Amino acid sequence: MYSVVKAEQLADRVHELVVKAPHVARNARAGQFLIVRVDPDGERIPLTISRVDGDFVRVIFMTIGATTYRLAELTAGDMIQDVAGPLGRPSEVPRNATCAVVGGGVGIASCPIIAKTLKAAANRVIGIIGARNVDLMILEDEMREACDELFVTTDDGSYGRHGYAADVLKEVIAEEKVDYVWIIGPAIMMKVTSEVTRAPGIRTFVSLNPIMVDGTGMCGSCRVIVNGETRFACVDGPEFDAHQVDFDRLMQRQRIYLEEEREALKHHHEHRCGCSTGAHHG
Amino acid sequence: MAERSPGERILDFSEVDSGFTAEEARSEAERCIQCKKPACVSGCPVGVDIPRFVLAIAEERFDEARSTILEANLLPSVCGRVCPQETQCEGACILGKKGRAINIGALERFAADRGEGEELGTLVRAPPTGRRIAVVGSGPAGLTAAAELARSGHSVVLFESLHEPGGVLVYGIPEFRLPKSVVRREIERVLALGVELQTNTLVGRSITIEELLAYDAVFISTGAGLPSFMGIPGEETNGVYSANEYLTRVNLMGAERFPAAGTPIRRGSRVVVTGGGNVAMDAARVARRLGAKVWLVYRRREDDLPARRDEVRHAREEGIEFVTCASPVRIHGEPAVTGVECVRMEMCDLDESGRPSPRVLDGSSFLIDADTVIQAIGTSPNPLLVRLLEGVQVGRRGNLVTDENGRTSLPRVYAGGDIATGAATVILAMGAGKRAAATIDADLRDAPAH
Repeated sequence: MYSVVKAEQLADRVHELVVKAPHVARNARAGQFLIVRVDPDGERIPLTISRVDGDFVRVIFMTIGATTYRLAELTAGDMIQDVAGPLGRPSEVPRNATCAVVGGGVGIASCPIIAKTLKAAANRVIGIIGARNVDLMILEDEMREACDELFVTTDDGSYGRHGYAADVLKEVIAEEKVDYVWIIGPAIMMKVTSEVTRAPGIRTFVSLNPIMVDGTGMCGSCRVIVNGETRFACVDGPEFDAHQVDFDRLMQRQRIYLEEEREALKHHHEHRCGCSTGAHHG
Repeated sequence: MAERSPGERILDFSEVDSGFTAEEARSEAERCIQCKKPACVSGCPVGVDIPRFVLAIAEERFDEARSTILEANLLPSVCGRVCPQETQCEGACILGKKGRAINIGALERFAADRGEGEELGTLVRAPPTGRRIAVVGSGPAGLTAAAELARSGHSVVLFESLHEPGGVLVYGIPEFRLPKSVVRREIERVLALGVELQTNTLVGRSITIEELLAYDAVFISTGAGLPSFMGIPGEETNGVYSANEYLTRVNLMGAERFPAAGTPIRRGSRVVVTGGGNVAMDAARVARRLGAKVWLVYRRREDDLPARRDEVRHAREEGIEFVTCASPVRIHGEPAVTGVECVRMEMCDLDESGRPSPRVLDGSSFLIDADTVIQAIGTSPNPLLVRLLEGVQVGRRGNLVTDENGRTSLPRVYAGGDIATGAATVILAMGAGKRAAATIDADLRDAPAH
């Protein structure tokens, strides 16, 4: 069991949990993820490691399915059944280069740790974070601190620049030579935004978030197509060359359990009273 | 030993039969002729003293039967259920030459299942040696090695990346063949020897290679976890599973209880399983219990099926339709599976395995309407640790190369089970764990403290 030491809502449907998990924190690096199982009947879901402080790891997630709703109900002092990790390969870290770190929506959660790591390796780091609207914007302060320069956008213009992160990225690479780009966000955002760097041939990484079960290379649920080949996001990724990823396949496979997810959510909302018939007690 | 009817079995995940009663066990054991040179023992990869425990059962000294087995095998309730006895102890039984071999598996299960609460029996631990050993992976090989090393007085840490120990015993083999309560009890026995278990810990990530190599010795038993796919068009379609994923969702995660349990699974109504081994049978029978009509497509003949004889029989009784001498060539549907296109195979000359090599019959293609496909065509060694261990000798299939005693090419690093051999059986992995533990013990006694 692993204890929650901090639980906060950061934005509309976006929550932060800080969990004591020394075995994960000790060797965790930027770009890696962990797997949580909230209670004995819980499913295993992957979440990017958003920050590491001593024995503690932070994850940030949006409430979408039953498990994320369940996680969002936790408060400081609660216990999580299992936390496994760190999993996946760490981000590749260049030195003395110019890097842009682009976050979209809840994907911004993964950005500060990458930006900080890049900065520590003597890179110039440009941050671009975009959300649908001001209520969904997160971690602006952390990004401002980690980056040499930060651009903030909202799709509806309710905060920062009116527009998409992709628009800003286009301008940035027109103005200065950028060597590496990280793009992290919903699959469709990563697909669209990475098109910006394709023609100029800028090495671009995306962090993929397919459905996983074990997260250690055993089940093959997270298989993605990269450069025409089947790869496992959990052990070969989660970061891949954006220009080789088959995003349409990724999005199709993310929707495998849409119906079941609705059913689980309905079950969750009906059984949140702590009665003995529900999987989730809270 | 009455088996439940197939119609009853497919409605739940309980065992097919409840094993021998005491009277059945005694009368089966009495048939043993107590050979002077027992062939059954040489047929057992961990060398259980079979005649001795069978005699004890015949004489109703059941506890003694159990402790006799435990001396050589710390997972007897598991082995009694899942060993391929027909090719091992029972295959070697002299009575089988003319009539019916002793049902050693069922006798082992009978003796092992009895006597809860006195788990350690006559097992003793040697005085502490002060040596620390890391065992990576808590499947059959790792559990056996950890137990043997602890008995020799070493201090053992057993690392497991999943949330539960047991490896394939918990994620792979279904409840109706190997109840989780049985696995848990046997693992408790291993832990009671003083083995320290660390779950949720992926060695190579949670523990670095440098940290791992700081132990006096390391035994790697990470298994053959990486699922193979056939490489046919349509495999990325929604509804195509590896057997590992399908079985893990149910066995480890309880997806049959969804949504009360959080992990979903496609409740396909028409399922095609490809492959002919135990894993294929398990996947087919799980799908059947989830309410599906199931076809098992295998490229060779029925006689060539590598699965345990009983599993094939049980699968057939439960209504699995066997489509032999056939192979899938394309999965239809977008975005979800609508069917599997197969071709007929003809059997040609024998290959090096002594089985006929199958060849596609031109123009023989046919379609099975299906909404779910489960590929059970094998797995390869888990690559993570193999990749990270610099300079270790790796075999053609990505396996760790070891000598016959479990030594890898790196000093103080040993390996056994599927990571060394490629996908094999529970008992062979246990045999490898036991041999490697003996090697480690001997090597450490000869070596100065690290």
